[in-house]
Amino acid sequence: MGVITDNLGLYADGLLGTLKICALVAVAALVLGIVLAGFRVSPVPPLRAVGTAYVTLVRNCPLTIVLFAFAFGLPEVGVNGSYFIFGAAGLTIYTAAFVCEAVRSGIGAVDTGQAEAARSIGLTFSQSLRLVILPQAIRAVIPPLGNVAIAMVKNSAIVGAFGVGGELYSVANTLNGARGEPALPVYAGVVLGYLIIIIPAGLLLLAAEKRFRVAR
Amino acid sequence: MSGSVLHDVPGPRGRRRIAIASAVAALALIGLGALVIRRLAANGQFNSGKWSPLFNPGDKDFPDVWRLLGGGLLHTLTAAALAAVFSLVFGVLIAMSRISAARWYRWAVVGAVELLRGVPVVIAVFFAAQVLPAYGVRLPLLWYIVIGLTAYNSVVISEIVRAGVLAVPKGQTEAASALGLTRGQTLRVILLPQAFRSMLPALLSQLVVIIKDTSLGAFISYEELLRRGLITVQTLHNPIQTYLLLAAIFILINYLVTRLAIYLEARLSGRRSGRPVPG
Repeated sequence: MGVITDNLGLYADGLLGTLKICALVAVAALVLGIVLAGFRVSPVPPLRAVGTAYVTLVRNCPLTIVLFAFAFGLPEVGVNGSYFIFGAAGLTIYTAAFVCEAVRSGIGAVDTGQAEAARSIGLTFSQSLRLVILPQAIRAVIPPLGNVAIAMVKNSAIVGAFGVGGELYSVANTLNGARGEPALPVYAGVVLGYLIIIIPAGLLLLAAEKRFRVAR
Repeated sequence: MSGSVLHDVPGPRGRRRIAIASAVAALALIGLGALVIRRLAANGQFNSGKWSPLFNPGDKDFPDVWRLLGGGLLHTLTAAALAAVFSLVFGVLIAMSRISAARWYRWAVVGAVELLRGVPVVIAVFFAAQVLPAYGVRLPLLWYIVIGLTAYNSVVISEIVRAGVLAVPKGQTEAASALGLTRGQTLRVILLPQAFRSMLPALLSQLVVIIKDTSLGAFISYEELLRRGLITVQTLHNPIQTYLLLAAIFILINYLVTRLAIYLEARLSGRRSGRPVPG
């Protein structure tokens, strides 16, 4: 395991790089996903159609193809960017579809009776949304959204395999591929790096689920 | 949308507002579409040379291109089928050992499952492809992708199976032990067959994940659909058209599997409890 301890700095940089991509993508995908979920529950038919089409198409398409299409397709029409931009954009597009479904299921989990009760005691639309529906929807959204976030961290490894440098996966490429260090400890170190992110995230999610559990 | 919690059934004014918003949204969409088409046209993306080898059966390259891509699709489906079968078998075995394990080694099973669940599947595939040959295990590329996908998906499936088994009513287990069946027999003969029915939709959703993840084979040079697509792009220089086609093929296959899952879910849950199926 000397490879890991000798290159601890490299691994730490990779860990930070992965966290950087993930933070960027998490924010962007959350915004895009919430907008899409808004489309999907809106009373405007064309917007609903856009939301449904987006989710159906993107969820059924491998992330790898989204990434290749972005990195090699977009320059064909004069849109240029670094691998980092294309990688982050591809992962955002992909993750947003899952965020949208998580948020939608959260809104759907709020009982119709809650909105009816809110209206019947005279709350306005904005009051009932703010005070009654959203607080419950947000709680219901936390578990599926947490799972989407964990999946996103794991998918960031695909972005890494795709050639975006400076994140955890690329450490394996540098050490094993370029410097010829033995594969087993190098990959074990990379796996360890992901587990350092994912296991605490999973425990945090579990705690959040317990804390925000709604009695239904 | 009378069922929505977010808004009432619209009145005349609401309907007018929705109509206006629809028109604006539709116009915006048409405008966006026109912009994309103009951009594509300005960059020569509608030249027949970029489309016709893929979509026009009369083109001289069409048979070659489709022999290449068709073979790739076959490799994709082979990898997906093998990974799915192995994942199911190992998933059931892991779930059984986790449920029926004696306390002193259950923690080892739980630990291994939780550990493998946290490993990105692409790392699992590379791990198989890089580490196994380093220890003298040389296999055809197909098996590295199958091993990588199985390592990840079997633990996910084991959790699905475990949840399914735990959801079978307790009376079934009690009745089985009253009959004198052992714990293993109860699991095999009573619980798993019943659990399997309720698990089927979740298992099919996992099949979609497996099919999508076979495209990771492209990174280890396994000649599945995406890899063959890359080869096509190198000769035809038409990335947009080729990736569009590849995406369409994956989306179609996965869409059909998803529809099957939704259909089965509606049927199974309808038969079980008679509760309405959430749309």
